[in-house]
Amino acid sequence: MNKSNLVHIEIVCKHCKVNDVFIQSLHELGHVELIIENNDCYIEKEQLKKLESMIYFHTELNINIEGIDAIAHLLSKIETLQNELLLTKNKLELYQNE
Amino acid sequence: MEFIDYYKILEINKSASQDEIKKAYRKLARKYHPDLNPNNQEAEKKFKEINEANEVFSHPENRKKYDQYGKDWKHSEAFEAAKKQQGQSQRSYQQQGQTNEYSGNFSDFFESMFGGGGSQSGQLKFRGQDINATVNLKLTEVYKTQKQTLNINGKKIRLTFPAGLENGQIIKIAGHGTPGINGGPNGDLYITFSIENDTQFKRDGNNLHANADLDLYTALLGGEVLIKTFDGKAKLKIAPETQSGLTVKLKGKGFSVYKKEGQFGDLIITYQIKLPTSLSDEEKEMFSKLKKLRTHEQV
Repeated sequence: MNKSNLVHIEIVCKHCKVNDVFIQSLHELGHVELIIENNDCYIEKEQLKKLESMIYFHTELNINIEGIDAIAHLLSKIETLQNELLLTKNKLELYQNE
Repeated sequence: MEFIDYYKILEINKSASQDEIKKAYRKLARKYHPDLNPNNQEAEKKFKEINEANEVFSHPENRKKYDQYGKDWKHSEAFEAAKKQQGQSQRSYQQQGQTNEYSGNFSDFFESMFGGGGSQSGQLKFRGQDINATVNLKLTEVYKTQKQTLNINGKKIRLTFPAGLENGQIIKIAGHGTPGINGGPNGDLYITFSIENDTQFKRDGNNLHANADLDLYTALLGGEVLIKTFDGKAKLKIAPETQSGLTVKLKGKGFSVYKKEGQFGDLIITYQIKLPTSLSDEEKEMFSKLKKLRTHEQV
């Protein structure tokens, strides 16, 4: 496995001043993917931004893990609805221009 | 220069404790944080104000200074002295060649008080400003993935635009906004795509729509017709007695699916029967005969 794209979870915890249990909980809820190799836990660099955002919600905005879970689901719904709205707007324009 | 009431922004009174400020900030940040309000510029603006207020009030020294001058800070002699001091600190920023980079990130009031977003102690970190840009593309350009170099604030950025982009779609390029202040993260670049249709096709998501003209005889007796697809041509078999308005779907001949290389929507063709014009006397006679024949059959 190419480790250059991975960051050890201990480094993330130290840098973000967060407990590894918190990251583990996010993983269990399906919000971040963790990779275990030789008993070491890693996260892909691509996922760091998403993780940092969730850590910010937790540490700075005082939102607990259940709240973050609910937010993630709602954000996903917002994204779907925004895409639908964009497509509908373009479709409407299609008929308006006829 | 507009006075900004940070107490009003944080919805607290002047006697609020540090704990109350923190609580107020958290409450409002939960409501207006950009990550919780995707593509909402109003929320982003509001969050910037909340963040600015919190940055000032979370440092007792800054809060004291703010409290001291209040609404009349403009006329305060003491403020003028402070302004001189602040001017010095601004000059020191300029020596580092940073000042112009982040002008406009914070309110004019904030910049005047604390010098371009930095505190006198220089410890506050701020995220750089987001940049919004619009890229105009033709529909034919969005059919395939392409690379383009954009000039953003004098900086050239090479970007890949995936095939299948929608008109009005916004993509975020993290970290390509204006630089952060005092080690704060860079802002983001938001690109809105304005896509002009330069083709005969009508786009509906991944599907394309077009009309195909059929002459009367092909529509009645059947045959073949050559139609234009987005990237070529296709031959269609026409069944006898094809009606005007009938649609046929050509699978996989539509528009590129966003971020799904090699996948395409469908092309929907609507047949339009074109009646012959400028009929000769002989043709008119033949059509009259056909009419009689049909009327006779129906009787």
